[in-house]
Amino acid sequence: MKDHDARGIPHTTPRQSATFTQDANSDIRRAAATGIYDIRGGGAKRKVPHFDDLLFLGASISRYPLEGYREKCGTDVTLGGRHATNPIKLDIPITIAGMSFGALSGPAKEALGRGASAAGTSTTTGDGGMTPEERGHSSKLVYQYLPSRYGMNPDDLRKADAIEIVVGQGAKPGGGGMLLGQKISDRVAEMRNLPKGIDQRSSCRHPDWTGPDDLEIKILELREITGWKVPIYVKVAGARPYFDTTLAVKAGADVVVLDGMQGGTAATQDVFIEHVGQPTLACIRPAVKALQDLGMHREVQLIVSGGIRNGADVAKAMALGADAVAIGTAALIALGDNDPKWEAEYNALGTTAGAYDDWHEGQDPAGITTQDPDLMKRFDPVEGGRRLKNYLKVLTLEAQTIARACGKNHMHNLEPEDLVALTMEAAAMAQVPLAGTDWYPGKPNTSF
Amino acid sequence: MQTFDLEAQGLRALNSTLHAQAENTNQTQWEIINPKGSHAIAVGLDAPIEVNVKGSTGYYCAGMNKQATVHVHGSAGPGTAENMMSGTVIVEGDASQYAGATGHGGTLIIKGNASSRCGISMKGIDIIVHGNIGHMSAFMAQSGNIVVCGDAGDALGDSCYEARFFVRGSVKSLGADCIEKEMRPEHIAILEELLERGGCDAKASEFKRYGSARNLYNFDVDNAAAY
Ligand SMILES: Cc1cc2nc3c(=O)[nH]c(=O)nc-3n(C[C@H](O)[C@H](O)[C@H](O)COP(=O)(O)O)c2cc1C
Repeated sequence: MKDHDARGIPHTTPRQSATFTQDANSDIRRAAATGIYDIRGGGAKRKVPHFDDLLFLGASISRYPLEGYREKCGTDVTLGGRHATNPIKLDIPITIAGMSFGALSGPAKEALGRGASAAGTSTTTGDGGMTPEERGHSSKLVYQYLPSRYGMNPDDLRKADAIEIVVGQGAKPGGGGMLLGQKISDRVAEMRNLPKGIDQRSSCRHPDWTGPDDLEIKILELREITGWKVPIYVKVAGARPYFDTTLAVKAGADVVVLDGMQGGTAATQDVFIEHVGQPTLACIRPAVKALQDLGMHREVQLIVSGGIRNGADVAKAMALGADAVAIGTAALIALGDNDPKWEAEYNALGTTAGAYDDWHEGQDPAGITTQDPDLMKRFDPVEGGRRLKNYLKVLTLEAQTIARACGKNHMHNLEPEDLVALTMEAAAMAQVPLAGTDWYPGKPNTSF
Repeated sequence: MQTFDLEAQGLRALNSTLHAQAENTNQTQWEIINPKGSHAIAVGLDAPIEVNVKGSTGYYCAGMNKQATVHVHGSAGPGTAENMMSGTVIVEGDASQYAGATGHGGTLIIKGNASSRCGISMKGIDIIVHGNIGHMSAFMAQSGNIVVCGDAGDALGDSCYEARFFVRGSVKSLGADCIEKEMRPEHIAILEELLERGGCDAKASEFKRYGSARNLYNFDVDNAAAY
């Protein structure tokens, strides 16, 4: 080498591989050291076409806007009027997604209930059952009916304002959840009827039904038990949205919840999160088409989740045909998850604020995704609830701002015609024109 | 005795009538005629009543039962007594797949055979089968007991937790992490009580006990193939 330098031959710049990236190599080293796949929380971190790739057009000569502070822009939504005698009426079209007690602490669940109730919306239980704190603080609570049936009982079922049959989650279509030993505290173990400290794997499939014909009978059973009073939602992962929506509606669902691949999870294999399922953006139009083909759009409501962060995302999902959205990750961040104020502690865990996703290890510095009594004390459910309420209000105001600019007196009047796409991919997925053109890939009667 | 004609009066009327029976009802005896394989018969009951179903039932008969005794005088479809909390469900004939699935408590007695996935994800229920049970029974079973006076099919107790399985006949194969276990006196005592409760004409000494080896309770590199 010295000789090389001496002869004055220039060095090439050290070049990192675009295939064997630092990330990929660190994954290989981790795998080689442990012999087991990487488990983490959160949703897909890779970049996929998303709502940021869409823009609203706003008003113009042919479309007039509504006055910001004078003219009404409705945000209310009624869910589940198809069969239920008591449909759910929400003031805002943003709901809190199902997140399990076990993954989250009791006070965190309480805060979700407080914030959602103060903002006039619903919250949702999760794998592991309904806690009294959560029921007590949620004016409208959706009870999840999951493959594991942990904590599932008819008394809680009858206390619910709606039932959500979970078929899949966007982070892991076809997979069950995990809750590792550190988080199986006495209370969690008792609710789930499991030995304390085990690494728990939830089932990926319902134990007593398979396929759409069985699902119809399962829905019948749940309705009979609850006297046909409450709506029944069916939650599907963004896998085959056209067919899943069609089959859920045919099986009798009142509401379809559609969760794209960016949707968070409490814990599952990283390979699953990053490589299975479709982006949220790609799922909405096929699901809406399924509802339209059945003559059920707006009759059966569509709730979209997976990567909703701001009011623009809410408005875009609704313009593409959703009746409401659900948020998981964003709600946790509003409560204080991944806050840079804990940076030193994130560093001690080998990570940094914003990237912390080892929720399954139960060491959350913010005290939210943990069952550790000392860490839990850091989190104040009243303050958390207030922050969530504020955040939900901002989402709503932002979405209304956009809707008014597009001349809509209700959020539900937003439509695909209000949108353009910045990229070919987003244009194809959202089926709205590429900005500056009147064309999108796959548009009927055009050629590529 | 109250008689309810399911065919004539309909499922909604049946279940709402049964749900209306309070803790201290004096209408404790019910007979359902013309069930004709209907689904969701007598689901979500929560009163100390006895319901006799005169014929065979479809899916989820006595689902989520609490307190009540539901007696099927025929065969039962899939998911009978699923997620039962307490009470007793008796099937005179055979039971289809997922009998007693996810049950938390109470007793399910099947006088004939039970099909596949009997007791799947059970969480405390006692299931007593006079005949045989099918494959993948007690998959991920968490707690409670299954008694099988006949034979068990393939993969009994796969990935089970703390549930106990007592089988008198043969077991075609055991599932992942399920092993034969020693029958200690306390197990004999448990089994004798179950045999008595189930009205089984069998001796506890004729049974073998199976349950979790607890090797899959925590992730371990050496078990990677089983995940
Ligand atoms: C910590 C955590 C726990 C979750 N637990 C559940 C659950 O128990 N059941 C379920 O259906 N989905 C669960 N999810 C998924 C959410 O319901 C929702 O689909 C997802 O978070 C939406 O995407 P977003 O996180 O991008 O908002 C969980 C998500 C998170 C972040």
